Amino acid sequence: MAAQQHGMVEKRGAGIWLTHAFMVLGVLIIFFPIWLAFVASTVSQPEIVSPPMPIWPGDQFWENYRAALFAGVNVPVATMLFNSLVMAIGIAVGKIVISLLSAFAIVYFRFPGRTTFFWLIFLTLMLPVEVRIVPTFEVVAGFGMLNSYYGLIFPLIASATATFLFRQFFLTIPDELAEAARVDGARPMRFFVDIVVPMSRTNIAALFVILFIYGWNQYLWPLLITTDPEMNTIVMGIKQMFPSGDDVAEWPVIMATSILAMIPPVIVVVSMQKLFVRGLVDSEK
Amino acid sequence: MEKRVTFRGWLLPLLLIAPQVIVSAIFFFYPAAQAIWQSLFIPDPFGLSSQFVGLGNFEFLLSDKFYRASFLTTAIFSTLVTLCSMIPALFLAVIADRLIKGSGVYRTLLIWPYAVAPAVAGVLWLFMFNTRVGVVSWYLGQLGYDWNHVLNDAEAMGLVVVASAWGRISYNFLFFFAALQSVPKSVIEAAAIDGAHFWRRFFTIVLPLLSPTAFFLLVVNVVYAFFETFGVIHTITGGGPQQATTILVYKVFSDGFVGQDLGSSSAQSVILLIVVGLLTVIQFKYVEKRVHY
Repeated sequence: MAAQQHGMVEKRGAGIWLTHAFMVLGVLIIFFPIWLAFVASTVSQPEIVSPPMPIWPGDQFWENYRAALFAGVNVPVATMLFNSLVMAIGIAVGKIVISLLSAFAIVYFRFPGRTTFFWLIFLTLMLPVEVRIVPTFEVVAGFGMLNSYYGLIFPLIASATATFLFRQFFLTIPDELAEAARVDGARPMRFFVDIVVPMSRTNIAALFVILFIYGWNQYLWPLLITTDPEMNTIVMGIKQMFPSGDDVAEWPVIMATSILAMIPPVIVVVSMQKLFVRGLVDSEK
Repeated sequence: MEKRVTFRGWLLPLLLIAPQVIVSAIFFFYPAAQAIWQSLFIPDPFGLSSQFVGLGNFEFLLSDKFYRASFLTTAIFSTLVTLCSMIPALFLAVIADRLIKGSGVYRTLLIWPYAVAPAVAGVLWLFMFNTRVGVVSWYLGQLGYDWNHVLNDAEAMGLVVVASAWGRISYNFLFFFAALQSVPKSVIEAAAIDGAHFWRRFFTIVLPLLSPTAFFLLVVNVVYAFFETFGVIHTITGGGPQQATTILVYKVFSDGFVGQDLGSSSAQSVILLIVVGLLTVIQFKYVEKRVHY
């Protein structure tokens, strides 16, 4: 049926194979860096330092991944993975919770200062952490939050985007529901927990996917505030595995770490593809 | 838009909004105010006191040839990143859109690089072009081309551009693909009946319909190139050779943390704040339009 509808403008026969061929070529080019990293993570150091390196995986998979996970260079990669997980989940959950609460307040109440607060939150859109690194670093240092999960999470947790997204969604919730809740004498928080949050679950899930990746992929901030290798996150820790000076890097271990660093976000994106695309489109609106 | 039905009370909403306002105040507004304040002073070399210089830091920056060079570098870098990520993405999206079957599989595969952190992407590309072990640089060597991004400015720039653009191709592809899928098929068929071949249909019908998406992506990609590519540059070139890949955000970092020049770094932060402000305004102007669209 679909084929017939589109028949007029769709390629068929040789054309369709050519189209597929282009697509496969595109995918191969895009994938090449990841494939090469995977191959490098399965061969031995001597095979890499005498170029060209092999193009098919070797037999050192377990050795390299074990070395990375449990020994690492400065700190076991397992530790860095754990730190990244705490940071990513902390940021995602934290942002979602504070944004749900503030959006609920802004949409469902009239209170003094409401407009002012709304604009204050709006302004934070304009302040990515990259442009205020020095003073933010000083604040975090002042709180004694260097080398701590609090320091990794809090400065990245306020998000105007999430607040706006939820505000937008709450405005579409039928007024009758709030009316009914009020008539029944339900308290606002009851309404929030029983009606608003369950209705928002798709938005929450979509946002979680986006925020998890945002948190996992942070680089500059962890680089500044985690001077203790035990607190390094995996994305920033990879760079720390390169030796300074002229020593040759442990490429198989570094590449195994790179693969490990991309597995969690890739799993999240691919397994929750629909939510991810939706979250992407929503959060950019 | 406002709700007609609201709840009474003022204490509860204040409590609800408090966490976000407090976090924003401590980690956004106070540091931003600090940046503005510090940008007006020059600390003495021992960090014991500082001298008020008004706009002196800004005057110095704008006349500093390294800072101006960094502006130019940022402009070149973000233009190239935007082009190198949008054009291949549009190309792939157009091809995928022509397929009835299988486009979902390609989409799943093409999403991958988006999930890869810029810093990790930097390591992957560094590995391919490493002067000692890199596969691509080795084959280039076989062809008689001596690749060395550690010494060559243009090659360093090329490498950080490609590494930065790579993950964005996924992102742009998703948006272009979604936009293409929503182009009404009837319009295209009508043009096809009138005898317009594929490229003619593409340039006269599809591309104009894509322009809102393309403009949106343009802004988003420029913002990305400005502020989110730090990881790529830090892992691949460290801003070098000399300052060939030192974009503005990288310079705030290297002057503030490595060079400990707080006055200048703060002034640079303030200039960046203005840049972000402008980009945000452009983005919102556009979003408003898109809502009506």
